[in-house]
Amino acid sequence: MSTDTLRRLTATEFTLFLRDKIGPIFGVLFPTTLLCVFGNIDFFTDPANGVDGQPLLYTYTPILVGFVIAMLALNTLPPTLASYREQGVLRRLRTTPVGPAQVLGAQFAICLGTALVSVVLLLAVARLGFDVPLPRQPVAFALSAVLAALALIGVAVLVAAVTPTAKAANAIGSVLFYVLMFFAGLWLPIEAMPPALRHVSEATPLGAAVQALADSTEGHWPPAWRLLLLAGYVVVTALLGVRLFRWE
Amino acid sequence: MTAVIEVQELHKRYGDKVAVDDVSFRVEEGEIFGILGSNGAGKTTTVECVEGLRRADRGTIRVFGLDPVRDRAELTQRLGVQLQGAHLPEKLRVGEALELYRSFYRRPADPATLMAALGLDGIRQTRFGKLSGGQQQRLSIALALIGNPRVAVLDELTTGLDPRARRETWRLIEDVRAGGVTILLVTHFMDEAERLCDRVAVIDAGRVVALDTPAALTKRAAADLGAPRATLEDAFVALTGENADVH
Repeated sequence: MSTDTLRRLTATEFTLFLRDKIGPIFGVLFPTTLLCVFGNIDFFTDPANGVDGQPLLYTYTPILVGFVIAMLALNTLPPTLASYREQGVLRRLRTTPVGPAQVLGAQFAICLGTALVSVVLLLAVARLGFDVPLPRQPVAFALSAVLAALALIGVAVLVAAVTPTAKAANAIGSVLFYVLMFFAGLWLPIEAMPPALRHVSEATPLGAAVQALADSTEGHWPPAWRLLLLAGYVVVTALLGVRLFRWE
Repeated sequence: MTAVIEVQELHKRYGDKVAVDDVSFRVEEGEIFGILGSNGAGKTTTVECVEGLRRADRGTIRVFGLDPVRDRAELTQRLGVQLQGAHLPEKLRVGEALELYRSFYRRPADPATLMAALGLDGIRQTRFGKLSGGQQQRLSIALALIGNPRVAVLDELTTGLDPRARRETWRLIEDVRAGGVTILLVTHFMDEAERLCDRVAVIDAGRVVALDTPAALTKRAAADLGAPRATLEDAFVALTGENADVH
């Protein structure tokens, strides 16, 4: 396969991703808008209401990074992959020299690339618009974000693998999104959760991810077990997803 | 003449159900070869094995001497496929689909020429989801030909088309053949086979029950019926299913 093919595939899938609007709106515009809304509410910016003497907005920035990743992975990938299978798009591609695997590769690249753009935008607006400090340990932050993205994409592929239709994939993806976002602290920051709930949170992929992002935002490396847990989610979901995925 | 496709003693079962039970045929270069059969007779399974989408349980298949499963990379370069019920993303435009598929092949056809030949010029910017059945079918033929294949497999080409669109599609297929492409046509429409095919294999319950030119089959059917003339449909009915009193 030539590089022209790969470029054309990725460009075409990206065009469809933009045309679909769901990913760009909910994965890029929405999280940053949410940040701006929080940033304009005194409750979020007054250190008196925050955790450890920090404004709540500081706590919410890594949560919103998790939100970006979960939104892009769970709400765009499963319906796209399941509808490609349902409509015979993947079956048609199996008769060409390219095959469907490369198309999924293009989807994966788009998801990861869009997440990167969205996270950079979010952090830039947080820093410039609302004086939220940038991550003090950027390498750990980047590593945590990439691991989180891979883990969530793995979960998304798994959802696409086990759901028969695009509708079902959409429904399961959304439900999972809210459940994982709950454990990531969107409605109640992990620090404010009762201990039992906090333990459950830290074991979920997005809870672990947000904690790792929060650690590196504050300037220290997340504990190794947290990163290993995320890496474990990546490996397990990738293996299961690839094993269970059906082209037809 | 050389054989482009050779199928020998093909067997395929799904669980307990035997889908293809000993099918053999050869498709010569430059011909339009029809595979006829009722729904569920094993036609689609047979061509899916030829396309390499399914692995045969027994028997050998060669396309240009290539094994469809083992030599998949090379086969897909040379074999154009139009699938039953296979689609494109809803929001992909006609022109974009052709450009995308064109990039898959070593020596692709010119999309502009194909679009003109298939009457797709006016709908270049139209999304797949907005196309009529006939337009989708024409695009799917264009995609089967975009790689400049030497052989094309067309499955249920005109199902769902109105009479005018069917006739236009038939003319198109004759033009494609005139351009030197060998065609394997799967159909359950007898008028279509009679009009287009040089030879047909009639498949019933997973077996080839007749393999000849449409003219020879209708002649034999007329003789058996004691009628002055018979259609391919008469021949087909006589050869297949419960009415198979002529073999």
